[in-house]
Amino acid sequence: MSRSFRIEDLLTWLSGLSIIVALYLVFVYAPTEATMGHVQRIFYFHVSSAWVGFLAFFVTLIAGVAYLRGGNRAWDILALSSVEIGITFTAMAVITGSIWAKATWNAWWPWQQEPRLVLVTILLLLYLSYLVLRAFVEGEERTARFAAVYGIVAFVSVPFTFMSVRWWQRLHPVIFESEGMHLAPAMLATFLFSLLAFTILYFTLLLHRRRLGKLADQVDGLKERLRTGEGG
Amino acid sequence: MSYLSKVLAIVWKDVVAELRTKEMFSSMLVFALLVIVIFNFSFDLRVENIAQVAPGVLWVTFAFASTLELNRSLALEMENDCLDGLLLAPMDRSAIYFGKMLGNLIFICTIEALILPIFSVLFDLNLIQPSLLLTIFLGTVGFAGVGTLLSAIAVNTRAREVMLPVLLFPIILPVVIAATKATGGILDGLPLGDIAHWLRFLVAFDIIFLVVSYMTFDFVVQG
Repeated sequence: MSRSFRIEDLLTWLSGLSIIVALYLVFVYAPTEATMGHVQRIFYFHVSSAWVGFLAFFVTLIAGVAYLRGGNRAWDILALSSVEIGITFTAMAVITGSIWAKATWNAWWPWQQEPRLVLVTILLLLYLSYLVLRAFVEGEERTARFAAVYGIVAFVSVPFTFMSVRWWQRLHPVIFESEGMHLAPAMLATFLFSLLAFTILYFTLLLHRRRLGKLADQVDGLKERLRTGEGG
Repeated sequence: MSYLSKVLAIVWKDVVAELRTKEMFSSMLVFALLVIVIFNFSFDLRVENIAQVAPGVLWVTFAFASTLELNRSLALEMENDCLDGLLLAPMDRSAIYFGKMLGNLIFICTIEALILPIFSVLFDLNLIQPSLLLTIFLGTVGFAGVGTLLSAIAVNTRAREVMLPVLLFPIILPVVIAATKATGGILDGLPLGDIAHWLRFLVAFDIIFLVVSYMTFDFVVQG
């Protein structure tokens, strides 16, 4: 117990530090983009948020499969923790994406120009469905089982959704894409560091949330013992 | 009994039960008609060429009708503990999955077959074309494949009927997109080569989700 506490503490310091550095890089170090100006800086955290959203989903998949194979409650706690954090970052990705869209195409939701926005929103919806499912099932073991299955099905659907949304408009290179290819070195460095910082932040939050989940389980166990001890 | 005959036994059970009561059928058909008519009116008021929205309306109707059918099919199993009976039967759990899936597929396809002529009349389009029928079939397999699994989950929750759309719709979005684009292409008279990638996409989706559902069905019904 105290050993994993150290890892979480270490990660907390590390993520705090890396986010501060990332902020400096994004606002001071990275050059201003020629066509879009300062608005472009949202790109660094926007993509990083979306990346974490997908990573969290992947972790939920792994945890779900592991749970179904072994029935170990710890995997279920991890899956739920990952979903909660993933939903936050995905929501951030959607909001920053919308802001960028407004700045670029003067539309809060450009269906035509940015299918990726649709995809990330669907990811958000899948996360929400996962949480709704968990809320409506009776029984801890059943909830874990159903959630694990849905996590697997949902993750498998993501590549299909990605492809179909992309083909839907039959468009490929957008401003976003060419920017990805022609990033100035300073921008690339900022971008990669932002990705790293966000990933560290994700794992920090994940471990903290998991610890909370375990503690909650312990509390439930204690309550149950108290109840059966005093009851009757 | 061989595996196949066990699967068919379940299909037969569902078909006979439905033929006797026609309960699911009638409600699905009426619902689908209402949906089409409502769409017809609501779009007609603003849209110049109603044929433009026809593919979308068609697939939304199919999606809603499928949801009704999937819900009903599993709900029937819960009554009188039929599902427990099936689980106790000496057969692989996957046979139950395939049996229910085929039953769902048959029912949804039957309703679609009834809807298509009515749709053709209301929207003034020819929908009885081989390529279109293939598209509809592939899309329906997609709905039934993953829908059977998700309905087994949904029927075990407190929200019951409401839970299935919440779970199902984000998952089958690729099917709706692919099927709508393919349908639109066919109605526009595009050569098959132009929309073939959508059909291949549907086939891939169907296969993968049949496999995933088959593999995870056991975990859903076990307790």
